[in-house]
Amino acid sequence: MPYINVGKENTSPIDIHYHDATKVERRPTGAHVALRVNGTERLVDLEPRTSLLDALREHLELTGSKKGCDQGTCGACTVWVDGRRVLACLTLAVACEGHEVTTIEGVGVDGEPHPMQRAFVEHDAFQCGYCTPGQIMSAIALIEEGNASTDEAIAEFMSGNICRCAAYPNIRAAIREVRDAAA
Amino acid sequence: MTGSIGKSVSRLDGYEKTMGHARYTGEIFLPNMAYLAIVGATISSGMIKTIDRSAALDADGVIAILAHDNLPQIPGQPQLLPSLVGAPAPGQSFFPLQDDEIHYYGQPIAIVVADSYERAQYAAWLVDASFDQTPSITTIEQGRELAYVPERLFGGLMPAQDARGDVEAALASADVVVDGTFHMAANHHNALEAPTTTAVWDEDRLTLYDATMGVRATQLTVAHLLGLSLSKIRVVSNFVGGSFGSRAMIWPHVTLAALAAREVGRPVRLALTRPQAFSATGQREEQEHRLTLGATRTGRLTAIRHEKLSVTSHFDDWAEPATGVSSQIYDLENFAGAHRLIRGNTMTPTFTRGPGESVAAFVLESCMDELAHEVGIDPVELRLMNHGLKNPRGNPWSSDGLPECLRRGAELFGWDKRNPAPRSQRDGDWLIGHGVAAAGYPVALFMPEQHARARIYGDGSAVIEAGTPEFGTGVGTMMTQVAADALALPLEAVSYKLGDSDLPNITAAVGSAGSMMVSAAVHEAANDLRRQVMALAVSDEQSPLHGADLSSVDVKDGRLTLRDTQDVGESYSDLLSRNRRTYAEAVGRWRPPPLDTPRGLLTFGAQFAEVAADPDLGLVRVRRMVGVFAPGRVLNPKLAR
Repeated sequence: MPYINVGKENTSPIDIHYHDATKVERRPTGAHVALRVNGTERLVDLEPRTSLLDALREHLELTGSKKGCDQGTCGACTVWVDGRRVLACLTLAVACEGHEVTTIEGVGVDGEPHPMQRAFVEHDAFQCGYCTPGQIMSAIALIEEGNASTDEAIAEFMSGNICRCAAYPNIRAAIREVRDAAA
Repeated sequence: MTGSIGKSVSRLDGYEKTMGHARYTGEIFLPNMAYLAIVGATISSGMIKTIDRSAALDADGVIAILAHDNLPQIPGQPQLLPSLVGAPAPGQSFFPLQDDEIHYYGQPIAIVVADSYERAQYAAWLVDASFDQTPSITTIEQGRELAYVPERLFGGLMPAQDARGDVEAALASADVVVDGTFHMAANHHNALEAPTTTAVWDEDRLTLYDATMGVRATQLTVAHLLGLSLSKIRVVSNFVGGSFGSRAMIWPHVTLAALAAREVGRPVRLALTRPQAFSATGQREEQEHRLTLGATRTGRLTAIRHEKLSVTSHFDDWAEPATGVSSQIYDLENFAGAHRLIRGNTMTPTFTRGPGESVAAFVLESCMDELAHEVGIDPVELRLMNHGLKNPRGNPWSSDGLPECLRRGAELFGWDKRNPAPRSQRDGDWLIGHGVAAAGYPVALFMPEQHARARIYGDGSAVIEAGTPEFGTGVGTMMTQVAADALALPLEAVSYKLGDSDLPNITAAVGSAGSMMVSAAVHEAANDLRRQVMALAVSDEQSPLHGADLSSVDVKDGRLTLRDTQDVGESYSDLLSRNRRTYAEAVGRWRPPPLDTPRGLLTFGAQFAEVAADPDLGLVRVRRMVGVFAPGRVLNPKLAR
């Protein structure tokens, strides 16, 4: 049972309901959270425990970021916060207030995909497509980080993104192409 | 014909996937939708003592907590049959939440319904269940003494034993005998999208958005479990985040979502968590193989005995068939195959990518490698000399690519540079080995008739429709290529529609049969449509083709023409609009060849690998692999690779 003992006066912003004299249950209640996603300010009513991933998918209907494991293993939820790649499933949405969140939906626009999105299609760098948005968010960041210089570097710095269909050789080919075109 | 078949076309849904617009099952939003969370058993055998719901019911946003004591019983459990049969296809003959007995860890014991995902998950954690635990068996070692030989396997479709000749006598008189025992751990599929279903009722009509390999399989199975008319249930599945066999059968969570939606009178979404994916859709069974082969001193195989021992559930005699390759790929007179089972506290095992035969072929080919060493024959040559022109029933192969695959692979890999002496090659601390394996996979033809619909509109655009989901195979792209080819249309003029049980019948795309059966049905549909439109033209007095012999009419560049005089003709749209036809359409039907078709049916291939092993640390690294396959006609090389 998720009881915590509170030995002093509660100063937490989280609403606490007393079940009995010795045990206290923390009950998160909703709060307005201002999220800036893909250049647009969005006000969302979120419980503090809501992950950035669930906020994006369930509250903003930005379902491009995928939930694969919900425990930071698979990388399908990779987004950028202030331009750095993060795992949205391990990031609390409330912690993103005041920061710029970018998802796969904000990377290219219809009719004008990002070169990485185009390269993924051209090289058939996916099958089911469920890991693909996370792969692309990592792949673009990889080049900007300067971590795509060799095949070994690509393998190492893409290792947080699992492709269960095993399209890895084609993902690598897509990254190489975009890297070389940018050089 | 445009020749669009065989072209390396990029996936037509590629930008939907890379731009993040493709909507998977858990991304369908319905008004007033509630969220489900499953509470699973934390023991693998025993009885539920109590389920204390009080804290969970007290939590914010909780709508209901359903368990065996307050959920209606299902009216009927369908028989377990592989989904390719085209009948209801429950993954196991057991449906949870019917009573208080626990058969396997993770078995659903309660469903929490709440108004948000977070609240459902939180409340599921507050549900406090207690159990009376009884001893359980979950591994081969725990149950070895209890192994039995079932009468039949695989939903009764195949015998558990298979024999020809006299294996014992042949092994006793063989010059060389190789005997190997191999143990494989259970495997879980872990498709990247966890099992997910969204369910909504409209009065007595149910719509399910389900991550499945077969919308028809989901429709048939859920309808049976709920006692619902097939006409009252529609299953939609456009994009599926992988399967690897986990969605080849229809597992209980799908029907639980429908049941819960009916109970609470709201649309619901059930997305299982990653840990739950290990106890929700079956698994490849833990298994042990013993393979014994006998051969002459010159390397001719005389006998193979192949036994598989594996763990199944308490409900079903299920093992992935393991002797389809070992009994057929080499020409030999004496064979005995047997599957033995141990009843365990697991889900019923199920298909996992490369079902059965991939694991079993590793066993066979490892023993072949030992034999090559023993008789001093090159491993590629040993396979070539033992592969026959016919299958064991004396039927010639429908196509036999094995020799070519082995030779081409050897060339690509640089097999001739290999040093065959064991432990002869080193790279620093690493020992380097080179190996080859023949590959084979049986072709399953027990699907029912397959349907697809082709329609061409008065403006000359066409659409091809079939009730199959896209789970990574690129099926929509392939359908478009096949239809465009038959109608002589550019790919841009053809669109596709799939993933809906309201569309023409396609059986679950399992057993590596998807491309074959879908493309065959699409081919029939587009050909029927072309003949229909041609017939309309020759019978239309105003058509330049009026009165022409049907056999002299052709389609080319989106036009109907005379084969020999191609400037005589007209476009589809001229013909259809003049005849006041909004569209013309045809449903194509494809029936598989009969099961007793007089051909040997194996798809062949060959694998070559360079493997490094560190003898001190036990590390193993695959450094290089070449695979060569003879899959028949490749519809799209880019997707095939």
